Amino acid sequence: MNRIDETFRALRQEKRAALMPFLPLGYPNIQTSREMIRVAQDAGADMLELGIPFSDPLADGPVIQHATQVALENGMTLKRCLEMAQDARANGVTIPLTLMGYYNSILKYDVKKFARDAVKAGVDGVIVADLPIEEAGDLQDAAREHDLHIVFLAAPTSRAERLKKIGAATRGFLYLVSLTGVTGARAGLPDGLEEFAQRARKATDKPLCVGFGIADAENARRVAQFADGVIVGSALVAKIGDSGNAIDNARAFIGELANAVV
Amino acid sequence: MSKGRFGRFGGQYVPETLMPALVELEDAYEDAKRDENFAREFQELLKKFVGRPTPLYFAKRLTELCGGAKIYLKREDLAHTGAHKINNALGQGLLAKRMNKTRIVAETGAGQHGVATAATCAMLGLECVVYMGTDDIARQQPNVFRMKLLGAKVREVNAGSRTLKDAINEALRDWVTNVGTTHYLLGSALGPHPYPTMVREFQSVIGREAKQQLHEMEGKLPTTLIACVGGGSNSIGLFDAFRDDEVEMIGVEAGGRGIESGKHAARFAEHGVGVLHGTYTYLLQTDDGQVRETHSISAGLDYPAVGPEHAEFFESERAGYTSATDEEALDAFQKISQYEGIIPALESAHAVAKVLKRAPKMKRDEIVIVNLSGRGDKDLQTVMSALAESAQ
Repeated sequence: MNRIDETFRALRQEKRAALMPFLPLGYPNIQTSREMIRVAQDAGADMLELGIPFSDPLADGPVIQHATQVALENGMTLKRCLEMAQDARANGVTIPLTLMGYYNSILKYDVKKFARDAVKAGVDGVIVADLPIEEAGDLQDAAREHDLHIVFLAAPTSRAERLKKIGAATRGFLYLVSLTGVTGARAGLPDGLEEFAQRARKATDKPLCVGFGIADAENARRVAQFADGVIVGSALVAKIGDSGNAIDNARAFIGELANAVV
Repeated sequence: MSKGRFGRFGGQYVPETLMPALVELEDAYEDAKRDENFAREFQELLKKFVGRPTPLYFAKRLTELCGGAKIYLKREDLAHTGAHKINNALGQGLLAKRMNKTRIVAETGAGQHGVATAATCAMLGLECVVYMGTDDIARQQPNVFRMKLLGAKVREVNAGSRTLKDAINEALRDWVTNVGTTHYLLGSALGPHPYPTMVREFQSVIGREAKQQLHEMEGKLPTTLIACVGGGSNSIGLFDAFRDDEVEMIGVEAGGRGIESGKHAARFAEHGVGVLHGTYTYLLQTDDGQVRETHSISAGLDYPAVGPEHAEFFESERAGYTSATDEEALDAFQKISQYEGIIPALESAHAVAKVLKRAPKMKRDEIVIVNLSGRGDKDLQTVMSALAESAQ
């Protein structure tokens, strides 16, 4: 069984939501990024989303764009991302790992080879920001062979019929993009988020994870009351980039978030 | 397989948030195509606002200089705002009105699309925001000022290669954020479906006019068509009316400092394909799939991907693709100025560079049409600096 499914099954029994921090691989440097995966698990992350850097991240706001740029300057590649996942497994990381990136990285690597190598490296799922269900056939076929979950995104603009299709296609969980916009911490939660989650519930029985814009523990706590998972990206990346020790900053912030989603 | 394919190219590789907007756009476009009133309004404005038809001009002295085929110039430089870009900007502007969008975002490289969009928005009473790379702002100052005069907000994009590619990223981010009120007025035959088809159809007036004009003057079809290819809208606009005829088509990419230097934007010179800005096509990239920085003296050709229909034309060999270097374009820029009294855009000068090589090898009863896609006022500063540099 895929680790993502196992984790949601266990969390359902505990009646709590998953905390899924996002870490851009290769940021702020290769060594720290490598350690960060284990640190995140120990600090209370239930699952992790690991960013594959891409030169043109058009779904991302300034914070993740910057992290991506730094990661690329550090020499990060998709091949190295897979090696990092593999190292993390060897280093005692047991929580589900989901890669997030853009389709061209996977295309260039080769879709079939990617699915095989990702699973071999201990990766459980993949989110592709610019791959809607209509374009995903090749990757889905390749993923099915290796029990790699392709996680699809739903947006507030997705209407009922489309939500149903996306809900049927996604594996592991459905990623709810909380707002119409790019990634980046926002002051509060967007209007209508809970109603959007309710629409998604009607469309699918798969777990719902909410991401984009969640800035702090308080907002994470509120989202955890109606969603099965909370994804925190830019706010965490900003903490990692803050002055001081990236590892300590991340550990403290993830710990705070983990306490909030209980 | 998704909609909007040209052979294996094209598609809709966009964030989910935009998928409903693309469906809405496609529906509105299909609906407009069936509406006689829309066609009438578009035609009327092409005539009275844009100044169409643009002339097909026999370039007598350039023909004599080359001593081969007769050279005709399709004078898109004489269209309102100085380039072919206005044809598409007007079509999409009317469509945006029809969709009740009140705000337009656009990207621009050379500034021609930005100016065309700003003019259209001013005329239609729409709010207009244009994204432009820092490097392009520096080299296309007159167009930046024009856009501002026309009431547009010009937003500087200081990321990545600080050129057209990055301006498109930022325009897409804006569109994702404001999708309810905003139409993304994409300026070339690229991006996700339905843009490549829609932009081609708004630009196809170029080829339809040229075909009829040449028929009236010469009573026959041209032998060859030559146009520059950045995203590829002026070229596809010229080629479209001739696609089923026995007419040779040549697209000219930016060779920059030479293919071997790696500093160019000649997508067909290297054989990589991939996904950028919503479409699967030929793409300049690294072994890791990162989009490469490109170089061209002309901002409008300085882009790492090419419109998906050109990718299909390339693979099916319906059209041939070649490149002209910065130096060749500069030389052609001066030749056509001195021999014909026409200062072309640096983009169009790439097509002229090709005809200067090609026409001498053709027979005197053969005809070549070059799309003179824009005028060169915006490039004077760039050309002055480049000539001063080469004189040293």
